[in-house]
Amino acid sequence: MSGESATSANSGSPKPPGTGRLGRLLQRSEAARGLSLLSPTLLIMFIGVAVPFGILIVMSFWTQIGFGFDTSPTVANYENFGERPIYGALLKRSLWMSSAATAATVLLCYPMAYFVAFHIHRNKMIWIVLITLPFWTSYLLRVFAWKVVLGYEGVINSALMTLGLIKAPLEFLLYSQSAVVITLAHAWAAFAILPMYVSLEKIDKSLLEAATDLGDGPVRRFLRITLPLSMPGVISASLLIFIPTTGDYITPALLGGPDGAMIGNLIQKQFGAINNWPMGATLSIILMLSIAAIALVFMFVTNFVRKRIS
Amino acid sequence: MSSQSYIRRPNRPLQVYAAIFLIVLYVPVLFLPLFSFNDSIYVKFPLTGFTTQWYVELFHREPVWAALMNSVRVGVTTSIIATGFGVFAAKAIIRYRIPGRGPLVGFIMLPLVVPGIIFGVALLVLLSQLGVPLSLYTVTIGHVIVCLPFAIATMIPRFEGFDPSVEEASADLGENAWWTFWRVTFPIVFPGILASLLLTFTVSFDEFIMAFFLSGSDPTLPMYIWGQLRFPKEFPSILAMASIILLVSFIVVFIGQWINRDAQATTLANEEDK
Amino acid sequence: MKQSDAYISIRNVNKLFGSFQAISDVSIDIRQGEFFSLLGSSGCGKTTLLRMLAGFEMPTSGEIFIDGQPMSEVPPHRRPVNMVFQSYAIFPHLNVRDNIAYGLRKRKLSRAKRDTMVDEMLELIKLPEYGDRKANQLSGGQRQRIALARALILRPKVLLLDEPLGALDKQLREQMQLELRALQKTVGITFVFVTHDQEEALTLSDRIAVMANGRELQVDTPTRLYERPVNRDVASFIGNMNFFEGKITGISDHRASVDVKGLGHVTTTNFDAKLKPGVDICIAIRPEKLILTENEPRNTGNKARGQMDKAAYLGERSHYYVRLDGISQPVAISAQNRQRAEGAPEEKRPIWISWEDDAFVVLEDG
Repeated sequence: MSGESATSANSGSPKPPGTGRLGRLLQRSEAARGLSLLSPTLLIMFIGVAVPFGILIVMSFWTQIGFGFDTSPTVANYENFGERPIYGALLKRSLWMSSAATAATVLLCYPMAYFVAFHIHRNKMIWIVLITLPFWTSYLLRVFAWKVVLGYEGVINSALMTLGLIKAPLEFLLYSQSAVVITLAHAWAAFAILPMYVSLEKIDKSLLEAATDLGDGPVRRFLRITLPLSMPGVISASLLIFIPTTGDYITPALLGGPDGAMIGNLIQKQFGAINNWPMGATLSIILMLSIAAIALVFMFVTNFVRKRIS
Repeated sequence: MSSQSYIRRPNRPLQVYAAIFLIVLYVPVLFLPLFSFNDSIYVKFPLTGFTTQWYVELFHREPVWAALMNSVRVGVTTSIIATGFGVFAAKAIIRYRIPGRGPLVGFIMLPLVVPGIIFGVALLVLLSQLGVPLSLYTVTIGHVIVCLPFAIATMIPRFEGFDPSVEEASADLGENAWWTFWRVTFPIVFPGILASLLLTFTVSFDEFIMAFFLSGSDPTLPMYIWGQLRFPKEFPSILAMASIILLVSFIVVFIGQWINRDAQATTLANEEDK
Repeated sequence: MKQSDAYISIRNVNKLFGSFQAISDVSIDIRQGEFFSLLGSSGCGKTTLLRMLAGFEMPTSGEIFIDGQPMSEVPPHRRPVNMVFQSYAIFPHLNVRDNIAYGLRKRKLSRAKRDTMVDEMLELIKLPEYGDRKANQLSGGQRQRIALARALILRPKVLLLDEPLGALDKQLREQMQLELRALQKTVGITFVFVTHDQEEALTLSDRIAVMANGRELQVDTPTRLYERPVNRDVASFIGNMNFFEGKITGISDHRASVDVKGLGHVTTTNFDAKLKPGVDICIAIRPEKLILTENEPRNTGNKARGQMDKAAYLGERSHYYVRLDGISQPVAISAQNRQRAEGAPEEKRPIWISWEDDAFVVLEDG
């Protein structure tokens, strides 16, 4: 009894058999129970995301020597990035192209999201499934499909030539920046529609009736009620597209040609043909930082604008 | 005015726009099956004739089958692991007041937004530093990381959709945590689990970038296709293969979405709140 | 109450959610076979207390004993209590029979035995035909009965009920109140019942604990709570009450003489023996215990003059508000309309109020 009472004095009650310290902690603390359920996922994400990122950062300060590395820390890679204009140019082009793709996607998808949210009354689910279905299927194959459509002897060129509208194939279709932007916009449509649909769907329809009742026509009602209230959806759609597309590799590789190459292709080359892993790591870090910076500025600006309006 | 209210009355231009939108969304993809039945090795108009020879040819190609089996193995393993973790993670996120929940969830959902290439090279660097040889196992690790957010996002609305006091009722009626899970939680979230298995399998089966950086000598199917894309004379058989993959993916995903349909709409509401 | 009487004993229990004190130093004893209610407005801590009895929340400090056993280390599934949840928590994937039989798995009963038990329960809750229905094919009242049956089939020593009638409409709620009370008498189990509805608590309970801000204000029988509330909070939570300021002028023969502002001299036996003459106190009277007359009542000294302020006609009864000299708040009077009402009484009309001996209650807080 004496040994027992020493421990139970702390918890203020006798200790029943079969419950250990851990068991008691788990029963008492909700947070501990939640974290223990979450821990396998956190562990795998830590090993698969946090640790690799750490090593990537470390490696960006190394130097490639043949097939090995000089591990003495140096900022030479970052200096290299500043000195050689090709890196900066590719980064700028990547950011510009994915901005264009993001803007195009959001603008083209907003009416669709609006349509499903406000004008579909029965079987909304079928529409949502229809819109998201292509998104789940192979990205590679969807990009390949655009190669078939836009190719030198592809669907558009051969169709126009068969119809006699053009004599020679339009060369600007394939291997260009516009090809990449078109393909990206198509591939990421679902990512844009869903968040915008959700915020449009959440809007209380009586707000619109109230706006009408107070004298707003359809256009003013849209600008003053619907658009501001759906802005969270627009913002998350923009970020959900902009961030991944900046680092895209497949689309520029298949459709971009030399003019349409993006930073992702350069990173891939560092780990492949060029075999300069530390430089590849440096480029990845710089890409991440620029994406994060732009995303933060974007969120800051939109929040600022939203506050000014309301 | 009919039964439609003023706000919801039909809008003709918008209907036309929606129709065009869906056409543009699907038509490029549908060119793949169209040309896969075209009797020419050139992918161009006009169509020259109907043939199934590309499918027959595909059927007799050994590497295709090997790559397919690799992808199925990776996909099945990935979907089981990701869904298994996803069930517990989603339950933890919805049911418990966890300190720092927002940042933790953001961290877990990171693979949804971070460019795949960065994940690919980061994992590649880690594995090479640890001296782990690249193989289908390393691809599976990469795919689990990519698929986990999808699994969790599929499961979360399922957990949100059922009353937590149902689990408490089970405990109150004398069942411990283990039996409560199997007698109450599991049957109720089962549609979500099924949907998550199907969707994560599809994501893994179609995934290219992680596989590109992390696979060894055994290619997955997308890797194999990528390798063939360099040879224009292989185009028709790739078209045939792509058509089959697309068809199967469409069916699997449609079933998955359908099973989980009532939980769908809220899925992205969560993503947005991030 | 003696310690040995208590079947459930809540001892100095505190509960913190972060920095929010949901329960502060609550001690309550509940007897075996009692219908006990926890009554309070939302956020008063009554549901938290109930969930601590069930084991879903752990006290931050203090201890709960059930049948003499400390409960702090006992998880919900090992406690001798069962709960009827506010949302009923009917398992949506099981039919009615399987819901009711849910807790019997561990009893290792034969199939036939289990079926008879479930049939008996279905009889008891008057739903014998509903065994094969799914949860989503049931009405609110039916779900409520199934939640009851599911808990009662396990023959718990205590049944916890978390606002079980809250989701039902008024008529059904009144019917279920009667059934619940009858059921409790039949099965003889201790019921701990959480509600925010004072009328419901008064109708059903043997004893009630009135709670506010995480504390128990008074634990007593319904009549005592109504007739002798200990303080203003209890008095105003249960029914309506007129409050007056006063000073005790003398105590003799268990009777206190009080000088009440606006009323003059009042005597009552309803006071705490600890009070001494010369103390400022709060004294209260229920609106229906005041009698309204046109002319000065004879044969009583318990009377005061006033002016009619407002009247509200409610059908079976009327509410009058009367102004007295020296106090700003009008006094509320509730009277049965025994005779046909003759239109509203005119304002400012002089009027008399009177009361029986001992109609006043001296409250603890001055």
